[in-house]
Amino acid sequence: MQTVLTIFKREFLGYFRSPIAYVFLTVFVVASIGLTWFLGNFFASNDANLGRLFVFMPWVFLFLIPAVGMRLWSEERRSGTWELLFTLPVSISQAVFGKFLAAWGFITLAILLTFTMPITVGYLGDPDWGPIASGYFASILMAGAYLGICSLTSSMTKNQVISFVLSVIVCMVLVFLGWGVFQDLLISASLPIWLVDAISNFSFITHFDPMTKGLVTLSDIIYFLSLIVFCLFLNVLVLER
Amino acid sequence: MIEVDNLKKDFGTIRAVRGVTFQVEKGDILGFLGPNGAGKSTTMKMVTGFLPPTGGCAHIGGHDIQKNPIDAKKLIGYLPENSPLYQEMTVFEFLSFIAELREMRSREERTTKIGRVMEICHLGGVRNQPIETLSKGFRQRVGLAQAVIHDPPCLVLDEPTDGLDPNQKQEVRRLIASMAEEKAIVLSTHILEEVEAMCTRIIIIAKGEILVDETPEALRRRHPRYNALRITLRNGETAQMQEHFSSLPQISEVIAEEHRLTLIPRDGNKIDDLIFEASRDHGWPIQSLEKAPIRLEEVFWDLTQKTASLT
Repeated sequence: MQTVLTIFKREFLGYFRSPIAYVFLTVFVVASIGLTWFLGNFFASNDANLGRLFVFMPWVFLFLIPAVGMRLWSEERRSGTWELLFTLPVSISQAVFGKFLAAWGFITLAILLTFTMPITVGYLGDPDWGPIASGYFASILMAGAYLGICSLTSSMTKNQVISFVLSVIVCMVLVFLGWGVFQDLLISASLPIWLVDAISNFSFITHFDPMTKGLVTLSDIIYFLSLIVFCLFLNVLVLER
Repeated sequence: MIEVDNLKKDFGTIRAVRGVTFQVEKGDILGFLGPNGAGKSTTMKMVTGFLPPTGGCAHIGGHDIQKNPIDAKKLIGYLPENSPLYQEMTVFEFLSFIAELREMRSREERTTKIGRVMEICHLGGVRNQPIETLSKGFRQRVGLAQAVIHDPPCLVLDEPTDGLDPNQKQEVRRLIASMAEEKAIVLSTHILEEVEAMCTRIIIIAKGEILVDETPEALRRRHPRYNALRITLRNGETAQMQEHFSSLPQISEVIAEEHRLTLIPRDGNKIDDLIFEASRDHGWPIQSLEKAPIRLEEVFWDLTQKTASLT
């Protein structure tokens, strides 16, 4: 555990040793809040909830989380530091877990920096705090799943661009499967409803949406956690080669 | 301390290392020599547990590097080729990170150990400088510092003096030599003078196979001019001398250049007495007698070229 913590600390603080952290946090907050206000018509909607913030999360994550995750292992491979790391008394799973937690912690920080939104709805109206809390919980959980995929793809290549593109594609598929527009397309292609439902069950959105509305079920939590565990397991296998 | 038994490594269909076996004990400095692509770094990567071998095994202090990697790795200090480091960290942060992973839990212990290696490796002046701003020489020293921070019984150094200027090279060599007594050291290099200066044993590897595993002296003995002597005569008349030595069975060849003769002994035996005797008997005015210089490069070239031509 101490080893995981040491790796976590190095990695987490590592973001702040370069401008990456500040650029990412700014872009994330501006993008998520900007989309809520301008595309989501947050103010005009006159609703005292954060549904319009959370609805954009899967889309904001789609590009920004691969930007954080792409360097996790690609950078180590490119610079050769993974040789140093894996010849220290550190197991691969400890290193994978430590680095994953650091990136997850960093993205959690980004998500929590949108705290001005709940303050705004709290000031302007009388919101139901339950769905807001569960929405944040869901966002953090979903960010972990995105990141698991990114960590896996970044362990497969030393090229960060390839890692980024691969993770965007995989995450995009997992978002699209549950996107209403895509589902309508499948139904219009006369696929049976049960099949469309089964396909959408693999999607982030299908498991994310109910939680943002306050409906937290164990199956949704298990979906995200199992996706994380599965990706990290593959990640360890890839690094063990 | 380090036992390597029949290590093999395949990359796809290419066999990079074909059954390498050697042992290194405390007090040994083993020089690993070979042309580029000979399998030196691959072997080191397998010994340190970074690459899993296709066949064979390596034991560090009795621990199998594959079956018991954590215990084995605790006993090794490793400087990978080109000394990869976390560039954005400062020297102190980086060494603290390594110290923590090396299970130095208390801050006092870490500070003491870091202070010690910083002093040994002369890093005090760049303590709080980000590694990316350092010169190659300093980076190499930071790499060496992280390898010895836990005072390991085994040291594996992949080209420790690569890219350093002559002064820095000298300093790193001195540093390694100073640690030799207490440790089993394996180092790879292309530089033969380095091996001659430091190593107690030499392994030459080419095309993934060990060609020789012996002391530097034994390697020198392989040189055709081993124990050859150069004689300069005061009067410069070497004709009689040349005739005399050419007839002796102990001498395989006599090379005459102006006022100087080079005598090459048969089988590398010593011929000093022979020369003294002959010059006394014939009254030859010897001005100087010196050993003909031997370049290990020539032995190396000879050995590695032979393998190249065989395949």
